[in-house]
Amino acid sequence: MSSLIIQRQSLKFRARNYMAFVFTPRAPIAEWLMDLDATLERSKNFFTGHALALDLSAVRLSPNGIAHLVANLEERNIRVLGIEGIEPNDATPELPPILRGARGVQDVELREPETTAASENPVRTSEKPASLLLEDPVRSGQSVAFIEGDVTVLGSVGSGAEVIAGGSIHIYGTLRGQAIAGVTGNRRARIFCHRFEAELLAIGSHYKTADEIEDSVHNGPVQAWLDGNTLKISAMH
Amino acid sequence: MDNKKSARVVVVTSGKGGVGKTTSTAALGAALAHSGDKVVVVDFDVGLRNLDLVLGAERRVVFDLVNVIHGVAKLPQALIRDKRLENLHLLPASQTRDKDALTEDGVAKVIAELRSKFDWIICDSPAGIERGATMAMRYADAAIIVTNPEVSSVRDSDRIIGLLDSKTEKAERGEFVDKQLLITRFHPWRAARGEMLSIDDVLEILSIPLLGIIPESEEVLRASNVGSPVTLNNPASAPARAYFDAVRRLKGETIPVQVPSESRGIFNKLFGRKAA
Repeated sequence: MSSLIIQRQSLKFRARNYMAFVFTPRAPIAEWLMDLDATLERSKNFFTGHALALDLSAVRLSPNGIAHLVANLEERNIRVLGIEGIEPNDATPELPPILRGARGVQDVELREPETTAASENPVRTSEKPASLLLEDPVRSGQSVAFIEGDVTVLGSVGSGAEVIAGGSIHIYGTLRGQAIAGVTGNRRARIFCHRFEAELLAIGSHYKTADEIEDSVHNGPVQAWLDGNTLKISAMH
Repeated sequence: MDNKKSARVVVVTSGKGGVGKTTSTAALGAALAHSGDKVVVVDFDVGLRNLDLVLGAERRVVFDLVNVIHGVAKLPQALIRDKRLENLHLLPASQTRDKDALTEDGVAKVIAELRSKFDWIICDSPAGIERGATMAMRYADAAIIVTNPEVSSVRDSDRIIGLLDSKTEKAERGEFVDKQLLITRFHPWRAARGEMLSIDDVLEILSIPLLGIIPESEEVLRASNVGSPVTLNNPASAPARAYFDAVRRLKGETIPVQVPSESRGIFNKLFGRKAA
């Protein structure tokens, strides 16, 4: 679940990072479920409709036990997106898929499974690309997300298209769609575009729509950055 | 699917409705057939067929694309030969079905069979980005994106170009679908007054090569109403000449695109009237 980008001439596959709740059940499972029920008592549908992963590295469950746990969660309207921390042998086709490459404070290093050469995990390579270069325009309706770092677009970003980056965004054509930089909390991320006609600019959680951006910067080169909690946008000369 | 005749599958598409896909399919198909090539125009607008009307073939439809896909009819039974141009054929859409009747395998089989019989297979896409549109573009070698010079049409075209780069069989093989832009319903006088996007604006936004500019003209409507492509109904009219030029570019000729100007527009109008 990380920055795997396989680029053919015009078709791009992108792996994306998503936010998900992680449940880490502890033995005995029955008691853990009771604790969960107590939480649900307070806010009934808290987990409904949210992506949720199950980290089973703290317990040892048989495939049947895992299926039983997943069924128990489903009864509580909790749908499991994927499971981490189990042996590949325990993953029956009926179960949610195994998740790998988790990051964050609770990064769990999985025991290295017997991998074949074909299933080498690119996420584990240490030389991750820190930037993504797009030579083609980003067309309306397309979404490019690159959490690991900067995105550079040589063409234009169409109206109704979006570019999302963990770092800065550089657009050498016209930005007509949305540019969202610094999504992982990088407050030093900036947005640069050669010609500004954007629908929305955002850095982190601070955003401005076209309406809120003064007309004088439109149609020219622009940069945007965070000054405290204010999103600043100015013409570049 | 390899073909010694090097048949070319071209989808006419736009995203937005009402921009002139069907009119252009008929006009380009007739102009190509007029040049001596064997042409079939295929209506993918299952449930809302129109191409038969624009070609004046609506009273001769027996079987249709969906019948052929389902094996109810053989392809030659469903093809309708134009009464005026013997090189021009129509494969009509079904009016009683919906787009779910278009299966990927079924469409592939029909296109493969058409490739062995024709030089040009022109697929008239329905509006939208759903099944009908994706099936129409699925096996295309080239695409003609029909756009009006206004923002919503241009944005929808941008969206369609993105789909052509991802959802077609060629794109999935890592190849390119040739894409060319046909700007239709261009009003020289409104463009001059800045009431429409300029040709330069449209080209800058979409950044694909220009196939032609078709001026807005009553001739187009008049031709549709009598069930005849404008390139047949009034070949000397300004829109017809623009379509003939587009066809020459489609066949690989390099001829400069002229932006219809206001004075030319008026001249053409007078000329067109005299000729009619």
